[in-house]
Amino acid sequence: MRYLPLTAADREEMLKEIGVSSVDDLFKDIPEQARLKELVDLPTHMGEMEVDHRLSAMAARNTPASEVPSFLGAGAYRHHVPASVDHLIQRGEFLTAYTPYQPEVSQGTLQYLYEFQTQVSMITGMDVSNASMYDGSTGCVEAVMMANRISRRNKALLSGGLHPMYKEIVTTHGKSHGFESECAAVDFAGEEDLISQVSKELSCVVVQNPSTFGHLRDLRELAKVCQANKVLLIVVVTEVVSLGLVMSPGEMGADIVVAEGQSIGNPVNFGGPYVGLFATRKKYMRQMPGRLTGQSVDAEGKRGWVLTLSTREQHIRREKATSNICTNAGLCALAFSIHLSLLGEVGFKKLAKINHGRAVRLAKELNALDGVEVLNKTFFNEFTVKLSKPAATVVSTLADMDILAGVSASRLYPNEADAANLLLVAVTELNSDEDMNALISGLKEVLV
Amino acid sequence: MTSWSNALSSFKAGKNHDAETLTGNRGLMVDEPLIFELGEVGRCGVDLPEPDEVEDCLGGLTRDDEIGLPGLAEPQVVRHYTRLSQKNYGIDTGFYPLGSCTMKHNPRINEKIARLPGFAHLHPLQPEKTIQGALELLDTTAHWLKTITGMAAVAMSPAAGAHGELCGMMCIQAALEARGEKRARVLVPESAHGTNPATAAACGYKVESIPATADGRVDVAALKAKLDSDVAGIMLTNPNTCGLFESDIIEIAEAVHAIGGYFYCDGANFNAIMGKARPGDLGVDCMHINIHKTFSTPHGGGGPGAGPVVLSDALAPFAPLPWVVADENGFHLVERQGEHGAGEQAFGRLKAFHGQMGMFTRALAYMYSHGSDGLRQVSEDAVLNANYLASRLKDELTLSFEGPYMHECLFDDRFLKDTGVTTLDIAKALVDEGYHPMTMYFPLVVTGALLIEPTETETKGNLDDFAEVMLKMAKLAKSGEAAEWFADAPRHTPRRRMDEVNAARKPILRWQPDAE
Amino acid sequence: MSTTKFSKEHEWIRVEADNIAVIGITDHAQELLGEIVYVEAPEVDADVAKEDSIAVVESVKAASDVFAPVSGTVIAVNEDLEDAPETVNESAEEDGWLFKIQLSDTSELDELMDKAAYDAFVAEEDDH
Repeated sequence: MRYLPLTAADREEMLKEIGVSSVDDLFKDIPEQARLKELVDLPTHMGEMEVDHRLSAMAARNTPASEVPSFLGAGAYRHHVPASVDHLIQRGEFLTAYTPYQPEVSQGTLQYLYEFQTQVSMITGMDVSNASMYDGSTGCVEAVMMANRISRRNKALLSGGLHPMYKEIVTTHGKSHGFESECAAVDFAGEEDLISQVSKELSCVVVQNPSTFGHLRDLRELAKVCQANKVLLIVVVTEVVSLGLVMSPGEMGADIVVAEGQSIGNPVNFGGPYVGLFATRKKYMRQMPGRLTGQSVDAEGKRGWVLTLSTREQHIRREKATSNICTNAGLCALAFSIHLSLLGEVGFKKLAKINHGRAVRLAKELNALDGVEVLNKTFFNEFTVKLSKPAATVVSTLADMDILAGVSASRLYPNEADAANLLLVAVTELNSDEDMNALISGLKEVLV
Repeated sequence: MTSWSNALSSFKAGKNHDAETLTGNRGLMVDEPLIFELGEVGRCGVDLPEPDEVEDCLGGLTRDDEIGLPGLAEPQVVRHYTRLSQKNYGIDTGFYPLGSCTMKHNPRINEKIARLPGFAHLHPLQPEKTIQGALELLDTTAHWLKTITGMAAVAMSPAAGAHGELCGMMCIQAALEARGEKRARVLVPESAHGTNPATAAACGYKVESIPATADGRVDVAALKAKLDSDVAGIMLTNPNTCGLFESDIIEIAEAVHAIGGYFYCDGANFNAIMGKARPGDLGVDCMHINIHKTFSTPHGGGGPGAGPVVLSDALAPFAPLPWVVADENGFHLVERQGEHGAGEQAFGRLKAFHGQMGMFTRALAYMYSHGSDGLRQVSEDAVLNANYLASRLKDELTLSFEGPYMHECLFDDRFLKDTGVTTLDIAKALVDEGYHPMTMYFPLVVTGALLIEPTETETKGNLDDFAEVMLKMAKLAKSGEAAEWFADAPRHTPRRRMDEVNAARKPILRWQPDAE
Repeated sequence: MSTTKFSKEHEWIRVEADNIAVIGITDHAQELLGEIVYVEAPEVDADVAKEDSIAVVESVKAASDVFAPVSGTVIAVNEDLEDAPETVNESAEEDGWLFKIQLSDTSELDELMDKAAYDAFVAEEDDH
């Protein structure tokens, strides 16, 4: 078997050295009644050719968003990733390395994580960042729990524009871990008033900018009111490319910023693995969950990097840890960092401008159609349209025409009657004029 | 290889230091600056088209500050990360005997399959009819996981092992609530991985520790004494963190079930028993599986992972959303309670979208490659390799407990007594010899632990080479004259021992423009 | 007159005027912990009960809870430790004091050990 190097002769020699006659003797501590005598009921081994054939056939039973006009967003966004990124992350020393607990032989990982932490601090406009979370959604609930610890309060206020899955995760944790969430009404129009709902009872306010419906809000007033009440402002960003063109959460006064980094360096991958960005103010540094890489020197005074502030983590603090988290997003964080290194200041800002420009153009053309109304006055690269027919049906019909028109709001908000005719449309640099024309003619046909 | 006494005398003669170079570089080992120190304004490694000329819709919230990101051209970026990679150890470069980490070979067919556009470029919210192959992959992987563990259901969404632990504990919480009960305590062995008590505490439980017996297993009597109707359950690792199979596990499961509690099993060490025993037959109610350990998905320098949780009939109804179900019309995603007639009692959601799809494509390729016969061989070879190393090393190092061992063997620092050499020193000296050290100082039930897990993808020759080094190193340490030699290691790595104290006292967590 | 008393958790406590007690960890404790990198201090004005965990002393590899040996109100924390946590290593029982408590029940002091008893306690612990 190609991954199992031991030969029959090896096994025999080794059994002799150990002093047993068969390998089953080594399993004698398994209770007799539980020892398996037969192979489990699954196919036996396959060569690489057959594995490739089977799984390629399974992949072919999908319609990849890369091969048809696609306008899907709602928390995951298709962008062009330069070819070098995927090559570099597949270098064996990155791909097959373990967590950098032995810094002397992990400077590669540690240096790129330090660079990643710096890049994340910069784009979010915050003081410090960690070495990544699993994704934006789990980062969001970790931020709420961090705010609870810092404020010693137990209630979060969740914006009506927060991604419904992120909200669901917060309430699920709250029910289990014993903290409350106040959920503001779904904010389709981007006009909710959170300021009047801020009180000293709250640990934090969680706002997504751009919101799930695409609206952009100025959070500076809200930040001031939060600060006056000792409430932490957590800003969530699900499309990280927006940070190239929109005022940063740090500048708006955020205390914690959580972002989904998937847009940079990582394909949409049917939902995972992604990369959570997590940044905060210097004074809250020690309350951050997850890994942290810090700069230091070695025994010869040479600059290098180490994992630091580990005593907050589970392997030391155990039940008193800041979080139970062990892994970070590793290779996905590397992909993010390499892509952002290639883009640089100029490229990142330009990419954001291209995205916004494409979206503005499409919004204008869609708004001109009968039966289509763009709801947003502001947006980055995703906006909400109101259709004259239920959006879910429109999406399904267009899918049969090989057009992935967007995400029907009813999929995300099945219990909101007002969501039925709403469609979330995302546009990126990957959407060509042909794509946009296909969507427009498709909609014309379907909405007649 | 030089004998151990030669290594010591050449150090004393001062012959062990490299000559200085003009740049401080050493051949292929080059000191690489940070991207912020390499970048320049006006450089960009990506050619982008010009943006459409439009009036913006940003509501006056345009970003106008300088972010500070450095500009590099593509050749610079490629060279930078290539050089960084050269400072890393990986499975591809050498043996990684890290106990409980299962550092097995990462097959490259997995990488190819994961990158097929039909998997990689699927948006999670595409209409169901356009992603039937993806749901089939999730369903098939789930089937393999359920069959090999003998369990009724599996929650696929947790993103990592610790996340899976959270999922398991929340299922238990939900099950108790459904029975109208609220219990306050969870029992966890002393030898458990830190994530176990951290997870239980996060869910609001009081964690009580169960001691181990002299033979390295959970003290069943002590455990039973703590069981009462206020115990929600136990969190047990099996095989345990000392590398031993908990032989009383069925008895333990029965005792826990008798008081109405649940049995959470930490599946980090599942590599030892595939095809040999099924957790479902041992009374387990939920067990997370580390896909990046047992099922070969790459560790990637710390992630990403995946931590699906197999569940018994008792806990299956409470699995978090989404579920994947199948009927005559094909595969369906259950994204809210009761959709497609399923998931009414799901305890909620743990993660956006559907789980770590990219890790499951890799894992299924691995499972197909091995099959039921191959997976059993994996466990047999993993266990054989660990016991072989234990036998080779037992005369010079101190084994903590009697075997047979499962896929890993545990040593402690008694063999280093009065030598002035610590477990940490051994690890640093090993690094110089071209090996990544074994797991050290874990589990906490012995002093100066050295936990060695070779995995099944090493040759006998690799194991013999490693054994030779360890034996010589042990003898060197015991000579009583080598403390300084060890304390000085490593000498030949890209960096020598790092100052972790100052890194924690005065943390510098990012580069700053004025600092350099 | 101020005598120093000791707890089983390796804290020392010295009562000064007005029933104000200065508290820290013993020299033995700092030696066990190794180089200290951070001290998480309690909040000033916090009310604490005897045996509450109210502070954390961190080294690189471990984090140790510090328990209140007596009940009362925290009236001061040693702010020098924020920039120089190593002071606890250098002078655990003098400059490395952690916090001051306004005692609410002086009888609790009787339950603590004097120096001789503490030294004997440490010697016995070391033997195990």
